[in-house]
Amino acid sequence: MSDKAQPQGKVVGVNGNMVSVAFATSVIQNEVAYVLSGGARLKSEVIRVRGGEADLQVFESTDGIAIGDVVEFSGQLLSVELGPGLLTQVFDGLQNPLPNLAKEAGYFLKRGLYLYPLDRERRWAWTPTAEAGAARRAGEALGTVPEGPFQHRIMVPFGWAGTWEVTWLAPAGELTIADTVARLRQGDDERAVTMVQTWPVKVPVTCYHTKLLPREPLVTQQRIIDTFFPVAKGGTFCTPGPFGAGKTVLQHALSQYSQVDVVIVAACGERAGEVVEILREFPHLEDPRTGRSLIDRTIIICNTSSMPVAAREASIYTSVTLAEYYRQMGLHCLLLADSTSRWAQALREMSGRLEEIPGEEAFPAYLESLVAGFYERAGLVELHDRGQGSITIGGAVSPAGGNFEEPVTQATLKVVGSFLGLSRDRANARRYPAIHPLESWSKYHSLVDEAQVTRARRLLRQGHEVSQMMKVVGEEGTPTSDFVIYLKSEFLDAVYLQQNTFDRVDGASSDERQRHVFAKVVAVLDGAFTFPDKAAARSCFQKLRQHFIDWNYAAWGSDEFRSREEAIDRLVAEAVTAA
Amino acid sequence: MRKLYNRILQIAGNVITVEADGVAYGELAEVRSGRGTSLAQVIRLDQRRVSLQVFAGSRGIATDSEVRFLGHPMRVSASDDLLGRIFSGNGSPRDQGPALQDNLIPIGGPSVNPANRIVPRHMIRTGIPMIDVFNSLVESQKLPIFSVAGEPYNALLARIAMQAEVDLIVLGGMGLKYDDYLFFRNTLDEHGALSRSVMFIHTASDPIVECLLVPDLSLAVAEHFAINGKRVLVLLTDMTNFCDAQKEIAITMEQIPSNRGYPGDLYSQLAARYEKAVDFETAGSITILAVTTMPGDDVTHPVPDNTGYITEGQFYLVGGRIEPFGSLSRLKQQVNADTRADHRALMDTMIRLYAEYREALEKQSMGFRMSAWDEKLLRYGGLFEARMMDLSVNIPLEGALDLGWKTLAECFEPGEVGLKSDLVAEFWPKSA
Ligand SMILES: Nc1ncnc2c1ncn2[C@@H]1O[C@H](COP(=O)(O)OP(=O)(O)OP(=O)(O)O)[C@@H](O)[C@H]1O
Ligand SMILES: [Mg+2]
Repeated sequence: MSDKAQPQGKVVGVNGNMVSVAFATSVIQNEVAYVLSGGARLKSEVIRVRGGEADLQVFESTDGIAIGDVVEFSGQLLSVELGPGLLTQVFDGLQNPLPNLAKEAGYFLKRGLYLYPLDRERRWAWTPTAEAGAARRAGEALGTVPEGPFQHRIMVPFGWAGTWEVTWLAPAGELTIADTVARLRQGDDERAVTMVQTWPVKVPVTCYHTKLLPREPLVTQQRIIDTFFPVAKGGTFCTPGPFGAGKTVLQHALSQYSQVDVVIVAACGERAGEVVEILREFPHLEDPRTGRSLIDRTIIICNTSSMPVAAREASIYTSVTLAEYYRQMGLHCLLLADSTSRWAQALREMSGRLEEIPGEEAFPAYLESLVAGFYERAGLVELHDRGQGSITIGGAVSPAGGNFEEPVTQATLKVVGSFLGLSRDRANARRYPAIHPLESWSKYHSLVDEAQVTRARRLLRQGHEVSQMMKVVGEEGTPTSDFVIYLKSEFLDAVYLQQNTFDRVDGASSDERQRHVFAKVVAVLDGAFTFPDKAAARSCFQKLRQHFIDWNYAAWGSDEFRSREEAIDRLVAEAVTAA
Repeated sequence: MRKLYNRILQIAGNVITVEADGVAYGELAEVRSGRGTSLAQVIRLDQRRVSLQVFAGSRGIATDSEVRFLGHPMRVSASDDLLGRIFSGNGSPRDQGPALQDNLIPIGGPSVNPANRIVPRHMIRTGIPMIDVFNSLVESQKLPIFSVAGEPYNALLARIAMQAEVDLIVLGGMGLKYDDYLFFRNTLDEHGALSRSVMFIHTASDPIVECLLVPDLSLAVAEHFAINGKRVLVLLTDMTNFCDAQKEIAITMEQIPSNRGYPGDLYSQLAARYEKAVDFETAGSITILAVTTMPGDDVTHPVPDNTGYITEGQFYLVGGRIEPFGSLSRLKQQVNADTRADHRALMDTMIRLYAEYREALEKQSMGFRMSAWDEKLLRYGGLFEARMMDLSVNIPLEGALDLGWKTLAECFEPGEVGLKSDLVAEFWPKSA
């Protein structure tokens, strides 16, 4: 008899997606277990052990589970497979490949059906980069295979402690992920390395030299972000907002236009239809940086709202683990999670079933530390080979009632470097992206001249004050000079803060273009205009706005761009000298 | 024959507890008491203790009432015999017809694999400008009408249903007033739509928990027909009653409420239903139009709030009109690029100007002098409300767009409205 006989237990209780299991041997906290019910093996995770009973969260519907059903414990923590072939894939929260599931099971998801995340048959062009005799540590490269736009490093498995000597390397050739590509030795311990390793999702990967302070801007091509509330490579940001304010549209724009190597989209407990848009569109969109299809740099983790709740909780960790894997190759990764509130709600559901003492709004008391732990997995790191890689995390937050004074938003604000608050009023007024320019903040550096940004920001604030004032004293009671400040702030809003996400040209504004256009916008803001009356002022700014909007729709470097710019120069010169 | 149990250990709220063996989670049982027979469903297993929610309510159940487990979860007969039929919230006939037993399928089945979904592509035309122009309805969309008691939400629901070109209508009524039930039935009848409709009707006088099954029954039936190539429109009214029944059970089960007594999984429960909306690439589709009445007219109340986070937009019905602010169709951009070149830009501009009109109105009400620009806005706002917002208006999309340009031209100069110049050149009426 093998010494690997699976420890077993029996179901003694079912409450929603939580199953209680009596066991006789030993169990490990957070190990994976399978509930055998109605011919299916339902994946679950041990989340609490008390006496001879373990509580499991089941990653599937628990319908049909009965008292006495057998449970098998696996001894493994919930893990993902890491290796070439992750890019372009669509996985559920447990890393099941959804397109393959569809081939097996048809229109609907099938309970208890789990497939290999990575293709076992596919051959990869392996090139060794280490040499026999070399010393390597966990996370250091042994060779590469081309994957999508870059060389995918095959590394010493992250869990192998200490330094290893390379004793053998497979010669260059076409290999599958299951083939041995290297052998490593440490003392008497000699092990084979393949292209695939597994890693427990809830444990951060830390095989790097040091963590660095994020400095360099991550160009998102969204003007209000890059110029006013920038995000740094390796930094964190959040986008809280009430329903319909534009969180998902913004995340899609970021996934499409951000200048990074790898994008991981975590559709966590939101609408399935929104993922489909990415799935269907990205293959046909070009990434201008590589000339390849956008899908080639993208991984989608899709555990949407009607999929099992426990797998939703796992999906956040699965996503960030995949990001850590690619960061380890010296790549810049962007992880977009929509929505972290659904993850928090999954935690809340489970905490309730465990009858833990609830915190505010029934969220578990440890919510804050879990949120912090998630964002902590972002970061810019220096690798052992002195290269750098980064993970930038952007989380959407869906506060109950759109009120930011709630536990998830508050826990998130404590840890992120940039806060892009979406406002209901701006969304209602169709001022997209609806990021509130007065309430949002960022600790990172802008890609345009910060002195200009400061002036523009001051003007926005003054404009807001004037508009508040006008509500009290009316337009006629407002001095024309104040009125001009108000018009300027509205102008800045209309031509620069607002951006048409759905337009191929206006939707993506390069860093060069932002610097150029912003300087011109600031010139208008700085301009000393005097007008005979308010009507003249209004009509002048309406004209300016029209010209700038048309300019925004002209492709960078095109003839139209230049001619529109000349027209703007003339108009501004006229308006200022007329003064 | 399954074993009978007749020792009920606990009766609390509409949940009873018995000791039994071999029972599966989610299984159905029949509870027989002096008041008759009710269906019940297993909602918790703890060793031999089985807790069941009793759909007809626990009133009249005795500690020695009989509980018989049926060995299967809730099912519904999926066949063409459903057409033209009316059932109650527990799936039994409400009309004079026979109970159906053919092709029984479980309700509340698994979700569609997201990888099998397609981008919605067909606009549903309603003839209502606030919908067609500003918040286009799309086949496979899930969309609630947010409203309050007294508003004509059921009338609006029925009107859209009658005007939409669909193969089949499934009406799920929860806590429906009897008059409203008759209104729906008569409307369907008048339009000759009864024979392509199926109704699951839980009325306000039925036991509240019984409405819990209505969405799942309706959607299971819809799914059956959609897989068989039919374009199905599901009407669910009023989903707030469904949520309140969820709340009641959760409280009975002593779950810690997350917000105003509602359980923490309200979002997931609602999503499991609304996400049934789908467009099958090689078959039919399910479109869901629901009614969510907002307690206290408060959109931040947990029911409308959670709903808004799940659905693909919402129509705000206020004062008998669909409000431009707050109303939203998130799928509109899937279809409004192909309707007419001016559709999107015109829609955005008209709404933006209407927002400015509201501001001007506010200033006016505070007694400030109106500038020339304000005067223009006031004129525009009045026309907008009469031509676009009035629910009695019934014109095709193209007519509504033309009317939009006409309205702009009657009130503004081309340069004042912030539209791209090429659109203005093409669409601005030459002689206003
Ligand atoms: N930048 C934008 N440009 C034009 N329309 C937008 C923009 N952002 C949002 N919208 C409109 O608002 C709708 C809702 O946006 P989105 O789906 O991003 O909201 P959300 O904040 O993610 O809401 P939820 O929390 O419910 O998921 C979109 O379908 C679109 O109609
Ligand atoms: Mg969203």
